[in-house]
Amino acid sequence: MTTNLIDIQHSDVIMATSNMAENHPVGFQWVMKAKERGAKLIHVDPRYTRTSAAADLHVPLRSGTNIVFFGGLIRYAIEKNLYFKDYVVPYTNASFLIDPEFKTPTDLDGLFTGFDPAKKSYDRSSWKYQVDGEGNPKRDLTLRDPNSVFQLLRRHYGRYTVEMVEKVCGIPRAKFEEMAQLYCSTSGPEKTGSITYALNLTQHTNGVENIRSLCMLQLLLGNIGRPGGGVVALRGHANVQGATDLELLYHELPGYMAMPLRDQHPDLKTYLEKETPKGGFWTNKPKFMVSLLKAFYGDAATKDNEFGYQWLPKRASADAYSHQHMFVDMYEGKIKGFLADGQNPAVGGPNAKLARAAMAKLDWMLVVDIFLTETAEFWKAPGTNAQDVKTEVFFLPAAPAAEKDGSLTNTMRLIQWHERAVKPPGDVHSDADFFCTLAHRLQKLYAGSKKDRDQGFLAANFTYGAKPDEPEMVEVLKEINGVATEDITDKDGKVVYRKGQPLNTFAHLTDDGKTTSGCWIYTGVTVEGGDGKLVNKAAGRKPADEKDYLAHGWGFAWPANRRIIYNRASADLQGKPWSEKKKLIWWDPAAPGQKPEDKGKWVGLDVPDFNAFLAPDAKNGDKPFIMRTDLVGAFFGPLADGPFPEHYEPIESPVKNLLSKQQSNPVAKIWKVPDQKNELAPVGSPDYPYVITTYRLTEHHLSGVMSRYLPMLAELHHSHFAEISHELATELKIENGEKVTVLSPRGKVHVTAMVTHRIKPFLVNGKTVHQIGVPWHWGWKGVDELPGSKGDITNDLSASVGDPNVYIQETKAFVCNVKKGVV
Amino acid sequence: MARTLAMFTDTSLCIGCRACQVACKQWNELGLEVPEWTGGYQNHAHFTDKTFRLVRFIEEPGGKPNGDLAWLLMSDVCKHCAQAGCLDACPTGAIYRTEFGTVNINQDVCNGCRYCVSSCPFGVVTFNEQTGTAKKCTFCDDRIHNGLGPACAKACPTESIQFGFRDDLVKKATKRVETLKGLGFKDAQLYGADSGGFLGGLNAFFLLLAKPSTYHLPEQPRLPQRNVVVDSLLSIGSALVVGLGVMLSFRERGKGGPDA
Repeated sequence: MTTNLIDIQHSDVIMATSNMAENHPVGFQWVMKAKERGAKLIHVDPRYTRTSAAADLHVPLRSGTNIVFFGGLIRYAIEKNLYFKDYVVPYTNASFLIDPEFKTPTDLDGLFTGFDPAKKSYDRSSWKYQVDGEGNPKRDLTLRDPNSVFQLLRRHYGRYTVEMVEKVCGIPRAKFEEMAQLYCSTSGPEKTGSITYALNLTQHTNGVENIRSLCMLQLLLGNIGRPGGGVVALRGHANVQGATDLELLYHELPGYMAMPLRDQHPDLKTYLEKETPKGGFWTNKPKFMVSLLKAFYGDAATKDNEFGYQWLPKRASADAYSHQHMFVDMYEGKIKGFLADGQNPAVGGPNAKLARAAMAKLDWMLVVDIFLTETAEFWKAPGTNAQDVKTEVFFLPAAPAAEKDGSLTNTMRLIQWHERAVKPPGDVHSDADFFCTLAHRLQKLYAGSKKDRDQGFLAANFTYGAKPDEPEMVEVLKEINGVATEDITDKDGKVVYRKGQPLNTFAHLTDDGKTTSGCWIYTGVTVEGGDGKLVNKAAGRKPADEKDYLAHGWGFAWPANRRIIYNRASADLQGKPWSEKKKLIWWDPAAPGQKPEDKGKWVGLDVPDFNAFLAPDAKNGDKPFIMRTDLVGAFFGPLADGPFPEHYEPIESPVKNLLSKQQSNPVAKIWKVPDQKNELAPVGSPDYPYVITTYRLTEHHLSGVMSRYLPMLAELHHSHFAEISHELATELKIENGEKVTVLSPRGKVHVTAMVTHRIKPFLVNGKTVHQIGVPWHWGWKGVDELPGSKGDITNDLSASVGDPNVYIQETKAFVCNVKKGVV
Repeated sequence: MARTLAMFTDTSLCIGCRACQVACKQWNELGLEVPEWTGGYQNHAHFTDKTFRLVRFIEEPGGKPNGDLAWLLMSDVCKHCAQAGCLDACPTGAIYRTEFGTVNINQDVCNGCRYCVSSCPFGVVTFNEQTGTAKKCTFCDDRIHNGLGPACAKACPTESIQFGFRDDLVKKATKRVETLKGLGFKDAQLYGADSGGFLGGLNAFFLLLAKPSTYHLPEQPRLPQRNVVVDSLLSIGSALVVGLGVMLSFRERGKGGPDA
């Protein structure tokens, strides 16, 4: 999230594209605060939900058409001249000139230049800026050059007219225009708007491009880095942000650095050369990477052994290890053992039937969770004969948050500490206890090994505090923060950090092995106080007040406790706030500078996300997007599927793509799985005529592990259900409350029909398209006294298909059939 | 008596998350209930001996100021009426008014006669078969006597449920109605805020976006006891009519003699 939930109260218009009231009710208080101050709330969602109930305007769109929606808005803003030109010209790459070889789907019927149909991928060599003799991008500040990003953007979205939006998304023209006018009113110095998104945009075969289209609209209206503006990325549970920062992911190392690739990154030098850009803050990557390796391997990491780089596992391919890859490989017998820690893929992942079938092919599986989940008992699934399952399954009971110390990083990059309320009962342990104990036992097993590959693991530290198998969590946070590995002195020989002292900022990290940091963006979360004691800033609990509405004393927001990132953009080129109403940080020429003889500093209501002493008129003093190589916001931003988001229909769709002959994303990942385990419906299939979207409810959590076993939550919904419009119910003669069967090419579920005015059919290109909605919290386990707490697994319906950038599944838009009764 | 405490439930801020309903169940240790099918998200259909806070979900086509569908969300609760039917009807003195103005049932004194159940104009009071006593919201009596607000108000993320001194809350609520009317919610109104109004005012009062009956609330709630005089007169009248009829029939018979 670029902004902070508290700051949403200053938005003039909020566009919720996700179901924020239901899935982020606590954060939604700030939307309600904004509304109390007179802000307008737009809700864009196929379904009418509790967010729509609070909204001034509900705009339903057919699932899977987000890029047409945002593209239509981008076109509207450009053609009606509603974009914030004074922001766009200096702060984005709109004025940059692109290689004339580059062509867009407007010219190539749905494809960008460089498509290779055999490889199903793009050669991106023409997707680049024109550069001058010194290698700097050429610019046209008038934005008139036909090869300028702005003109290409304009031409690209020229096809995304209000008529096209109406035909593809099913949003009546008048409604779209009312919404567009309202949201574009946030352009300019006096107003700002924020847009929320969650899995509504990500879980598509063009998930990343969906989000980019949202970001581009925000850039166009000047809504990033400013109070009340921003991209509000809402995370799926309490610590997804933390899990992402620390990279419990297949393709990155902690702090958003690439997981090395075997062929591309044979050694540290090559890795750093290839992965370190020429400009922007990432030029510091070698310091972050070396400090990370020092945090991993301690004293064993030296300059002579590339700081232990060779001990890191390397990826054989960029396309190999995502969640979906893993289960396909497991089904094909390539994976023998599986550790599921706090995850329930038997219910929660796409094509869950495949996931359960894959588990049956394992030799062993260990599940660590707070309840005996469906994953732990997949061998007991209805219709499964346990005797046919050879997998040996172990289960370890885990402690939930209240039974352990630790930190959670929430959706707004805010690291918050929590203390143990009660000791876990019996043989229950925290995940940290489990992993440290496991590591110690493995280290014992491998002790004395002479193999090179084992030396890193043997050298790695898994002991935090006095008791080896009971880590002190604040010591873990300190390791993530980073410390000095030896006394560090300034140029006058004065000791700045003693050996072992925690570092105050990532600006002090070095690439010579003198510092460690387990995740550079967190540096500064634990520091040494004046009394020499450790200060855990994540435990800070000073609430917001009149002087500090962003509550800088409450927890610690990475990076460097900045609450709104890219906040240099809250000021104009001269460093003055765009308006008094929307001020955040500004250049104070009279403030004391970096050195006693200097004057001038960025000051204001937030920590500057910028060099605090870099004057607006200095070189790059006018470029707020410091994490980007060219320091500006990107309209043109190459991804695997193109530098501009282009609409393609979901892999399964009832209709043809009206924008081009490319039906679906040409570079999307579609897994071929043996034994008909991933059958797909053809376009417009009469067997599966309806669009289906899957989602979550306030009362349940994820795959239901934390809610289906708790009577007071589980009783709040009668039973597993499908939301169906009155129109479709009439067509199929279905009564409210009756059992129905929902079928896809992968499977079927039996659910209660909830016939409601909140679901409406769409008029798509003159034809009625029905859509239904099915939540995915249910599984065959729950509270025995509450039969409705148990139900069929919605993810048995979804397919193994993925976005080409991150391989996320397409569970927000696919097709199904609905039949009356249990069939 | 201490200054009257109240809960103000502003339905315009309610997002139907049901944190209040769950917090109430958790704090008061109310047990499991098998839900019935209500046709939508709402569970349960009515207040029960195990559900003291109940979020109502009401689909109202055309109910929004712009003519769109409205989904009215309202967290309903015992009103702790200034003139409480349950308290008036209780023959054992189990139901009493606290120093804060709230109405409670002393579980040790309740004899399970259920007069209170039929005397509540809102269907709030319910009977628990296991304990043989009447049950309802206590405003979290144990919490408010220890300086904490009721669990439901504490859990509400959007301040739709506000707890405080009644006079302060009424002022705030009155202002809020004006704001909402200005925003086009022409039916925005307070329910039970007026201490000169029905039942002497409610200590749990509401801001509604539609007329009370839309939320299954009586437009003009009355105490059943207020019908006593009329009902008594009617009963006396009926008795007179019946008596007269009987006397007349005896006269007829008298006329007939022994053969009749």
